[in-house]
Amino acid sequence: MLELKRLTSVDELNKLQEEARPLLGLRHYNRAANQEKYQILICGGTGCTSSGSMNIRDALQAAIDNNDLHDRVNIVVTGCHGFCELGPLVIFYPGGIFYVRVQPEDAEELIKTTVLEGKTVERLHYQGRTGKTPRHSYRDMLFYNLQKRLVLRNCGRIDPENIFEYIANGGYQGIAKALGMGREATLEEVYNSGLRGRGGAGFPTGLKWKFMAAETAEPKYMLCNADEGDPGAFMDRSVLEGDPNAVIEGMLIGAWATGATEGYVYVRAEYPLAIKRLGIALAEAEALGLIGDNILGSDFSFHLKIKQGAGAFVCGEETALMRSIEGKRGMPRVRPPFPAKRGLWEKPTVLNNVETFANVARIITDGAEAFRQDGTEKSPGTKIFAVTGKVRNTGLVEIPMGVSMRHIIFDICAGIKNENKFKAVQIGGPSGACLPASMLDNPVDYDSLTAAGAMMGSGGLVVVDEDTCMVDLARFFLTFTQAESCGKCTPCREGSKRMLEILERICGGEGRDGDIEELERLAHTMRTSSLCALGQTAPNPVLSTLRFFRSEYEAHIHDKKCPAGVCTKLLQYRIDPEKCKGCTLCARNCPVGAITGKVREPHLINPNKCIKCGTCMDKCKHGAISRV
Amino acid sequence: MSDTVTLTIDGQKVTAPADATILEAAKLVGINIPTLCYHPLLRPEGSCRVCVCKVTKARSFIPACIAKVSEGMEVFTNDPEVLESRKNIVELLLANHPKDCLACSRSGNCELQRVANNLGIRRVRYEYNRPEMEKDESNPCIVRDPAKCILCGRCVRMCAEVQGVSIYSFAYRGLNARVTPAFNLGLGEVSCTFCGQCRKVCPTGAITMKSDIGRAWQALRDPEKIVMVQTAPSVRVAISEPFGGKPGDIATGQMVSALRRLGFDRVFDTNWSADLTIMEEGHELVDRVKNGGVLPMITSCSPGWINFIELYYPDLLPHLSTAKSPQSMFGAMLKTYYAQKQGIDPSKIVSVSVMPCTAKKFEAERRELSASGFADTDIVLTTTELAQMIKEANISFFALPEDDFDPLMGVGSGAGNIFGATGGVMEAAMRTAYKVITGEDMEPVELEAVRGMEGIREAEVDFRGALKLKVAVAHGLANARKVCDMIREGNPRGWNFIEIMACPGGCVNGGGQPINLDADTPRLRIEALYRNDRNLPVRRSHDNPEIQALYRDFLGAPNSHKAHELLHTRYYEQYRSCRSK
Repeated sequence: MLELKRLTSVDELNKLQEEARPLLGLRHYNRAANQEKYQILICGGTGCTSSGSMNIRDALQAAIDNNDLHDRVNIVVTGCHGFCELGPLVIFYPGGIFYVRVQPEDAEELIKTTVLEGKTVERLHYQGRTGKTPRHSYRDMLFYNLQKRLVLRNCGRIDPENIFEYIANGGYQGIAKALGMGREATLEEVYNSGLRGRGGAGFPTGLKWKFMAAETAEPKYMLCNADEGDPGAFMDRSVLEGDPNAVIEGMLIGAWATGATEGYVYVRAEYPLAIKRLGIALAEAEALGLIGDNILGSDFSFHLKIKQGAGAFVCGEETALMRSIEGKRGMPRVRPPFPAKRGLWEKPTVLNNVETFANVARIITDGAEAFRQDGTEKSPGTKIFAVTGKVRNTGLVEIPMGVSMRHIIFDICAGIKNENKFKAVQIGGPSGACLPASMLDNPVDYDSLTAAGAMMGSGGLVVVDEDTCMVDLARFFLTFTQAESCGKCTPCREGSKRMLEILERICGGEGRDGDIEELERLAHTMRTSSLCALGQTAPNPVLSTLRFFRSEYEAHIHDKKCPAGVCTKLLQYRIDPEKCKGCTLCARNCPVGAITGKVREPHLINPNKCIKCGTCMDKCKHGAISRV
Repeated sequence: MSDTVTLTIDGQKVTAPADATILEAAKLVGINIPTLCYHPLLRPEGSCRVCVCKVTKARSFIPACIAKVSEGMEVFTNDPEVLESRKNIVELLLANHPKDCLACSRSGNCELQRVANNLGIRRVRYEYNRPEMEKDESNPCIVRDPAKCILCGRCVRMCAEVQGVSIYSFAYRGLNARVTPAFNLGLGEVSCTFCGQCRKVCPTGAITMKSDIGRAWQALRDPEKIVMVQTAPSVRVAISEPFGGKPGDIATGQMVSALRRLGFDRVFDTNWSADLTIMEEGHELVDRVKNGGVLPMITSCSPGWINFIELYYPDLLPHLSTAKSPQSMFGAMLKTYYAQKQGIDPSKIVSVSVMPCTAKKFEAERRELSASGFADTDIVLTTTELAQMIKEANISFFALPEDDFDPLMGVGSGAGNIFGATGGVMEAAMRTAYKVITGEDMEPVELEAVRGMEGIREAEVDFRGALKLKVAVAHGLANARKVCDMIREGNPRGWNFIEIMACPGGCVNGGGQPINLDADTPRLRIEALYRNDRNLPVRRSHDNPEIQALYRDFLGAPNSHKAHELLHTRYYEQYRSCRSK
């Protein structure tokens, strides 16, 4: 029986690991012919939960009960498996039998076919990109095979609400080893790994830690930034939901290396599941004495709390985040002094993001060299991306740094939906840039992206196709940043609003000669003179679209056309009198009565009444209506 | 580490202290980088970005007001790229600033106006697009016009850091961001002390005073009224500034002349009633010490401080001296003693005071300050308002002859004069207490230990062995808070007597004084008060012949029944909708 009892030595941890190991005993791919026992892993990430995975769990449990299979089958709810496009996901072990888009009514069949008959339910497998070849197992899927899931090794594999599963899989061996290595050697190992911050700017983590280790003021704070706020990004949420103990262990190692004794995980309140699971992990770690005083019998003590953020994007900025923890309004302050010198409550502080911490334990257990095996010289390791937008397989993807964007989008995520043409990928969220097709083969690492005028950001990739208007996309991001500006510094507060006004004007068909230059002028002022990174990078979506898609801006301004057909003020719907049969279907469906015409005679759209909803075009059976 | 570093700013080699900011270093070589959110008395924030400079190797521009210099640093404050950015920033501010400059009370003394003009901004390309914001006139002393706020945060920092009151905060995001009291309440609904320091640091017309100029003109033009005015010690050392004078220029004579020309029927000196305050307060102190009264006793002259203790430390009210402030004592004597002596119907007297203080306007409204049957003070004008009236009346201030105050209430001692400086009330009180206790004059007459700008100062005064008093002086409400907390904790320092003034530096730096960005201004005005003290024939309150006459002819003795009735008051816990402890 596994007990939440205080561990007073590394030996006790090792012993516990041995005892816990059977928990994972069934989770392998070798499925014997007459397999008796099964474990069903149900994805309990936010995505799959939203599509009803908890109802599926209940239905599966009922099916297990109905068939009296309690002693043969049990269910484990895990974190995100990453293949979010096809959720809810249900995986049977041994074998890694992978079912997608499962519904509660499938439960009985799944249990009967898989467990009782030893076969698989073909229709519930992923059918591959062609839609014709069912993939039975994890191991048959390119989506997974092309990835290198190191940070995500536990996500979807263990129960995040059970610390023993984490320990069974080698959890807390990193801190155990670090305690034996000593503080300096630990620090040196992380420094030598070349790990760079996964939250945005890519600052070397070991260097940041060294800055704080050199400070003498006490207490020192180790903070985790889980205020992931970029639209379309969910890497950190998934790690916290799927493997919260990895983050806690990373923070422990950081605290040990730098002399921090207090810590906070700053997590946005919009992540209730992450907060819940982190809270459970923290309580269990405390019960095991892995958080608290004299950890594993050493003289090292570290206390960790969860602080919920109220949802301000700017609180992802480190100085604003610290003010927020202090209970003040989250507004950035000028650096220097840098937080390593004066941070939370004016004390030395290190802030790293979730994914950065999730990398740390492996660096200690496997060594810096092993970590450097992946990635590039200057960007070692792997990186998680949340791929969303117009790709076939949206989801969570972990790849070694340095692979091309094309590899991620076309090989792993199976390319663009509906056979559409790729247009651009927005990387780095509202602070990032839109990269065009010509840059698809550029390697994805910190320095290459910076050179391309983009930034790694936290790892959100939004793929857009030819149906996306780039001016409208820039407008979307500016709408976000100007609303999230804290209002403290003038360029960001006033400049972002003015840029937005111009973009709205352009999208609304009121663009003027000189607007592009005006955007560039404002962007320059914001970039050079804003107080924090939010303002400095807010113009990036505009600047990058101006750089790569300038002609779209010009078409909006000078020709009053939206080439992608998105900006409604610049659109007109027309009925081709040659093709129109006068069936009246369009007129009957127009919500504002803008279409007139007699039966069997060509119809006409009144452009003054038309709200450009496109219903007529969708309804027309003769292809007579076009958007111009 | 060396104490100085050498860098270049706009090609000029500068050797500056190692802890200097770029802004400070630039000043050393005659480079004035424009600023808006920076204020010499406040911790820099670097938020307005007007002072941004290009620093070689830095990724973005650096705010000069907050960035420290370093060895070999290369700074450009005026290269084309920096200038372009700076102009854009100021243009963005102007676009969302009301365009009624000509009708604004800060016209000509507005930092935004000056910065914009110096940058040569001649057009604004954007339309006003801020949300509508209403003027807030709920406060009895201070008016806020949030539309004119440029979000520099100086008031926020002043109120929180120097005054420890934290009335203001930033709220909302993006273009909706604004500075506001908690929950968008009016400034009159929150626990504001009316000290007016926010107004002193506001770069624009967003925070101004309630004007009583109209009421003053009306009284002066009413033939039925006899309008009498008193002038606080700090007014004379600041009144010349709006006319181009320097801080600390003493203009007592011109001020008296100007008031006569404005039509005041009598012109008196608050120094006189400061002396009276000392007589009452000094005797009260001696009485409390000798007869086991509540100690430490705390001075009660500063109305901002009185509001503060009534709002935040009502449990400490018994520590306050019951003596009214000099303004109120003056008014009470005007409508009794002076009226009697001159045979004037007190109902016809309009008691006007000219004060360095915004909170005095609220003090005048206190109903308890009307023991004579009439309000002690009818109209309070600040130094700034008086200067405005002088301008309106076409008076050329420096061309005026020097005039003297009217008799009976027009002589003030040097002790009364230094009331305007932090530590001044303490020093004046000690000069008289010494006489009361020892029967002899304190020598030297100056009490250097309580002078200076240190936030809290302490001294021990030895009354020739008969008594030792431990005294303390605090200025700025953040320091007042520290003192109050220590009293709550049982007065570990064993203080007997404490002087507290709400404004940093004392009344010379009051909320109603002319606005002057020079950090030395309070010090220069204080020096002028001490200079004045040295030059006055009478330097101790009890030696003031007109005060002696008052006691002889009217009050009897200090703390007599009559004195108590007219010159002492009570304090009440204040409640407002929002109070923070």
